[in-house]
Amino acid sequence: MTDATQNQALDAASEDIGEPSPAAALRRRILGHKGLLTGGIIIAVLILLAIFAPLLAPHSPYAQSLPNRLLPPVWVDGGRWTYLLGTDHLGRDYLSRLLYGTRVSLIIGLGAASISCVIGVSMGICAGYFGGRVDQIISYLLTCQLAMPGLLIVTALVFLIGPSLLVVTLVIGATHWTLYLVVSRSAAMQIRQLDYIAAALSIGSNRRQVLFYEVLPNLLNQVIVIFTLEIGVAILAEAALSFLGVGLQPPTPAWGLMIAEGKTAMFFQPWLVILPGAMLFILVIAINLVGDGIRDVTAPEHRN
Amino acid sequence: MFRYCIRRSIFALLVALTVSVATFFLLQVATDPAEAIAGPEADQAVVQQIREQYGFDRPIIVQYASWMAGILKGDFGQSFYWKMPVGKLIADHAPDTIELALSAVLVTIVIAVPLGIFAALRPNTIIDRLALSVAVSAQAIPNFWLGLMFIILFAVMIPLFPVSGDSTWRHFVMPAIVLGASSVPSVMRLTRAGLLDVMGSDYIRTARSKGFRGLNLLVRHALRNALLPVISVLAVQLGHKLNGSFIVESVFAINGLGRLAIDSIFGADIFTVQMLVFVFTLVFVVLTFLADVLNAWLDPRIRLG
Repeated sequence: MTDATQNQALDAASEDIGEPSPAAALRRRILGHKGLLTGGIIIAVLILLAIFAPLLAPHSPYAQSLPNRLLPPVWVDGGRWTYLLGTDHLGRDYLSRLLYGTRVSLIIGLGAASISCVIGVSMGICAGYFGGRVDQIISYLLTCQLAMPGLLIVTALVFLIGPSLLVVTLVIGATHWTLYLVVSRSAAMQIRQLDYIAAALSIGSNRRQVLFYEVLPNLLNQVIVIFTLEIGVAILAEAALSFLGVGLQPPTPAWGLMIAEGKTAMFFQPWLVILPGAMLFILVIAINLVGDGIRDVTAPEHRN
Repeated sequence: MFRYCIRRSIFALLVALTVSVATFFLLQVATDPAEAIAGPEADQAVVQQIREQYGFDRPIIVQYASWMAGILKGDFGQSFYWKMPVGKLIADHAPDTIELALSAVLVTIVIAVPLGIFAALRPNTIIDRLALSVAVSAQAIPNFWLGLMFIILFAVMIPLFPVSGDSTWRHFVMPAIVLGASSVPSVMRLTRAGLLDVMGSDYIRTARSKGFRGLNLLVRHALRNALLPVISVLAVQLGHKLNGSFIVESVFAINGLGRLAIDSIFGADIFTVQMLVFVFTLVFVVLTFLADVLNAWLDPRIRLG
């Protein structure tokens, strides 16, 4: 029997008792959650745009055309159909740069959130599961990290090491693990006392097996929520760094950098600033909707 | 209470020291300060000379010890980039940032607390949904972009406020709103959750059955307890505003500590950056300490537990 038919059988069986199976209930909750659906669709579209940017972009994001500098979008007087969203101060096609910018934001968001996830969750599991001295030391590190002026240290480190996509991702990732730690620590503390941990230990599982196969899978639900939200946080952090001039460097098509470049012309060509900011806003709000949605769907009792 | 304060203050000091050690090492390891001072084209002899002149050739522990000893004696070091004592630099730039941070927190309170209260009093209604969507949107807006949008809207299209600068109070209106907006989501959610929790508690039911209702019940009974956790979060947020205002400061050309930090980073002035990190951490630690003490004073459960 395949998984699908098995699920159908289970669904049918539970309908007999008059209650939906957990899988069916989850499916219904996902489809009934407007925020999750809206956010999910927006993200899916943006991911497709990012992947197929080379096919979709009408121009190269780097190709300069000085005669066509600062053209407005097509719906404004003076706009041209060849440059749908206008051009920047070097005559580069804005639509193409915005499309490629989706790649940069998504790569940094996913990369940084993954790094901080590994750091935060492993520290959190150790603190919560072992408790005692280990917990004290890790909680102390957490307090210190929270007391640091985070964005200032990130800015200083990225600038002094030398800004590049890799450095930006690493530094943002290495400084945004606190939420993962807090959540996985308290989850691990609860899981530690559950019967299946005692059962695993009594059949001779060693410490590594318990941590990887018992504790970790059971806190993933909560970690996924944090992971999603942290992608948004990392994207905004990168945009802020690039805006300040210490993140990604020209001519990279990064939204934060595009806002900084458009700033000097913003009184006469406001779309140069409005468009990349709107892209950032749409992407991050979609990510947050999905994060909140996953929390509502997987743990309705924690609904805000 | 006294013992509680002593215990918390020793802990706070320890945290500030740990952070200062960590940043000192991070900044020294991440870069070669001598090369940064000398510039990219300087030859090795010059770099070596600078290294000896500033004492970068000494073991890093010795450097940290002499830096810390300087602070304890009130000597905050000399900035090679600004050609000024670091202490004076910080004192000159602090007022603008303090003014900005305090007004930003005021903006947060004025927007977030009423919104949270309305949402909690009418859960799952239009008001609640609206409050929640304000929170979700505020979380997703890059604040430097919000600042630029404000400039386009309220300084250029409708000239209500000056575009940038820091000479009058009118210069601080837009920056304070932009900086304050970023804390609205967390404070709003916390007010809402806290009040929802309290409204369902036994003592509120008792008060209701004794005939308390409306504003009287809300202000004299419910809010007192519901706002306790909000105090701690506001302290943390004020700390974040003081040490994280540099994006807003750079958008609105306010010459505060944030601008000083950014310009010092660009000048590779690691003495000033280090001292700023230390001062920011100390301020943050002191603020959270004060919030802890205030909470313990207001809530005997914490003090005695």
